Amino acid sequence: MTDTSTREPRHFARMFVLWLVVAGVADALFYTLAGPHVPPGTMTTSAKDNQFDFNVLLVIALPVLIAVWIYMGYAIVMWRSTRKGVAEPVGGAVARGNKGVQFAWIASTSTIVMGLFVFGTVALINGAGSGGGEGPNPVWSPNSKAPLQVQVIGQQWKFTYRYPSFGGFETTQLILPNNTTIEFHVTSLDVTHDFWAYQLGVKADANPQLDNVAYTTTRETGSVTVRCDELCGIWHGAMYNYGRVISPAAFEAWATATQRASVANTKLLPPYALTYVPDANGADGGLYPTNVDPYSASEVYGAKVAAS
Amino acid sequence: MSVIDAVPVTDSEPTEDYVNLGVFGRLTHRRGWLSQHLGTAVIGFVLGYLLGHWLGNVVAGGYSYVQNSGQNNVADTGGLLLGVLGWLFGAGALNYPIAKMMGREPAEERFDPSWTRYFRYTADHKVVGLQYIFSVLTFLFTGGLLAMAIRTELLSPTSHAFGPGTYIAIVSEHGTVMMMMATSIVVGPFGNWLVPLMIGARRTAFPRVEAFSFWTFTAGYLVIMSALFYGGFPTGWTGYAPLQTQAGAGMMSYLVGFAVIGMGMMAAGFNLAVTIVTCRAPGLTWGRLPIFVWSVLATAALLTLATPTLVAGGFLGILDRTAQTAFYVNEHGGSSYLWQNLFWFFGHPEVYIMALPGFGIVAEMLPVFTRKPLFAYKVAAAGMLGVALLSFFVWQHHLFQSGINPDMRPLFMLTTELISIPTGFIYLVGLGTLYKAKIRFEIPMLFALALFFNFLIGGVTGVFLSDVPVNVQVHGSFFVLAHFHYTIMGGLVFAFFGGIYYWFPKMTGKMMNKTLGKIHFWMMFIFFNLTFFPMFIIGLLGQPRRVFEYAQNLQTLNDIASVSAFFLGASFVVFVANFVWSIFINPVAAPPNPWDSLGLEWQTPSPVPYYNFERIPVIMADPYHYSEPNAPQLADLGVGSDRTDEKVEVGK
Repeated sequence: MTDTSTREPRHFARMFVLWLVVAGVADALFYTLAGPHVPPGTMTTSAKDNQFDFNVLLVIALPVLIAVWIYMGYAIVMWRSTRKGVAEPVGGAVARGNKGVQFAWIASTSTIVMGLFVFGTVALINGAGSGGGEGPNPVWSPNSKAPLQVQVIGQQWKFTYRYPSFGGFETTQLILPNNTTIEFHVTSLDVTHDFWAYQLGVKADANPQLDNVAYTTTRETGSVTVRCDELCGIWHGAMYNYGRVISPAAFEAWATATQRASVANTKLLPPYALTYVPDANGADGGLYPTNVDPYSASEVYGAKVAAS
Repeated sequence: MSVIDAVPVTDSEPTEDYVNLGVFGRLTHRRGWLSQHLGTAVIGFVLGYLLGHWLGNVVAGGYSYVQNSGQNNVADTGGLLLGVLGWLFGAGALNYPIAKMMGREPAEERFDPSWTRYFRYTADHKVVGLQYIFSVLTFLFTGGLLAMAIRTELLSPTSHAFGPGTYIAIVSEHGTVMMMMATSIVVGPFGNWLVPLMIGARRTAFPRVEAFSFWTFTAGYLVIMSALFYGGFPTGWTGYAPLQTQAGAGMMSYLVGFAVIGMGMMAAGFNLAVTIVTCRAPGLTWGRLPIFVWSVLATAALLTLATPTLVAGGFLGILDRTAQTAFYVNEHGGSSYLWQNLFWFFGHPEVYIMALPGFGIVAEMLPVFTRKPLFAYKVAAAGMLGVALLSFFVWQHHLFQSGINPDMRPLFMLTTELISIPTGFIYLVGLGTLYKAKIRFEIPMLFALALFFNFLIGGVTGVFLSDVPVNVQVHGSFFVLAHFHYTIMGGLVFAFFGGIYYWFPKMTGKMMNKTLGKIHFWMMFIFFNLTFFPMFIIGLLGQPRRVFEYAQNLQTLNDIASVSAFFLGASFVVFVANFVWSIFINPVAAPPNPWDSLGLEWQTPSPVPYYNFERIPVIMADPYHYSEPNAPQLADLGVGSDRTDEKVEVGK
């Protein structure tokens, strides 16, 4: 906002000084005190980057909010009608518009918007999708040559995880090694869910018959909460579980032990695939055969046959 | 100039005030209990529902969409559709087309001085406007009660007031009812009531379409509420497939309900757009059009052009559930993305349907209460059209994490952020108009200022959501929920109530009580912010939308939101008390122009005559020449008005 009035220039000078002080203090306080604690934390690269992006946006937004609030507050205090209930003449034709102010407003908002767009796009591309779902053919992927693949399977109303590099065993706990690039393959057996690994800064829709890929790289060990973030029916609110990021050595030990312990279970599962055709009547409780016609009468009414 | 404007008003009574429809009897414009009114519409709905349900069972007997549910979706669809038809028939909406089809000439509608006209099918835009007010308030308070139930459930992270099925039905019903209400909350009441008066017309372009839009809107309310009798639906207002495909019969109420409401929205939008384009008084050039009319024009364009995709999407959903098609079933070659695309292609223009009229109302009120011309009028009008145009190019920002078109995310980030430029124009206009003004803090002005406060928070958080990396964190969380409540409730609903306090004297000839009005405003403003601001933090801390269980550490924030929500609900009780007090118990006659407005609608006699203007006024300036010395005369109201001897002076 630039001052264009020559009669009472004090208004904008006052507001500007007030704004400079308040916005400067607010930005500094936020960035130093609150900024480092802004969710989702710094456990992964995507979490850290997204936290940084959020903080940058807030540092830009606070002065804008404060500018409007100061202006409105100033107007309410200073420019109120003194005569009760009677219209008072003010302004005049010059109040209709000021080309300079209009141009400055449009130019400054456009500049901010274009800056935000460039900033967001660079962050998205450099962040290899920023931990968001990128569909079956990700356009931006991390440099890591051998990311750890983890499949996330959503179904009403639970998440399970398969580790294809360890024989495709399936667990209900999301265990990940530290300092490793993870390639999540998110899919669903029934309706649309959303895999939200809160502390990892990862979010991707789980669509039936679709493979949704999301990348992140772990940086710190700790526990992880996974919640479903897309309404998926009556128990949507209860669809959450937990996981951990542990040291690579501990992960290796856990994965090989779990692979060995769950050999019998893994045999009952369909072979690892990017998507699965769910059972016709959904009564299989976690088994999702791929080799059965979804609507065959024997499957619906006859005896169950375990998939091989 | 339309034909009717050239016809002089006569007082001669028509010889018949009904139309003889032969086997259908005498239906039109009869008075008394034996005539057609709201009651017969309800009877028509019930009879139509029973007939349609029976027919559905006849054509698809034994068909059950969900195994062993005992529910026949064909019968349910038939029941609801024929119910709507019965509603329209019972109200008298079909008398005119039936008479025409039978080769008879229906009588012209006469002015009905009785209060019962508010319960009848009428093409009088001022009656339809008031009918809309009561209907959207019914919608709003129904949705509000459901919101109270949601906040009750969220008082505790683990103890439950409702079962999960009931809870999700409440959440879905709340969202859908509120969204349906918000499509029409301003365009319905104020669009229909005010636009003809503001543009110097005697009626809207298609009065029967206008009446049709109202009665389909109300039929939609019955249809969506019927979901409760079917056990509700679990999808929220977004109705995502395949959950939609999987849901019980309550889903039919959602699909049919949105299709029916959609018909009403298209009719209302089409009618108002044509009215504004073709029925303006001589001299009312585009540069002189009141800014509220610009906002209605932009909204009407969105209503007309965006809604068809929703209706089409709902139609495909109905087919999936009744005719065994697979449009949304991935396993059978369909696509769940198809629904998401169709829905949001409608859904995002929809949210601007819920923002623009609010901007229009506050921009209309600002000059009156600041005694200044509207600052940057052309920029304001251009901003509204710009928002309307851009809103068609942003819908996939709802699908950033869905895996669809990942390479298009920067584009949709750009279009979404671009839309904040024309949206920002309204702030330029508002702040510029406040500059060195003489602000009068009347109740409508308080609501207008509150909109600028609330919408700023809603708008800025919208920019956060449009940034893909930040969106990864906040998508689908309470952050989104807080964001859109700040824009729709903090913006549109505040503007609506400001509009009621502002135009109520013109519409009813009575003033609203000021003390109660101030209590209402301050309660609503404070508790609105206390309810929804904590939700930004709740969302950032990881609470997804539509859940009934949440992390223990979020209880304090949720409880603040819940308790504030109950007080927010109580503020509407104050409003209703004020409404009833000011209309029925202690009516105080309003002066003809209580706010000293220059708007054309305030220059008409009070109460506004049936034909609005005895002579069509000639507009000579825009209505914002406040405080201008030597300002041009606003309009020549012509001979015969009650102000024949005094031209309307502007700039006094």
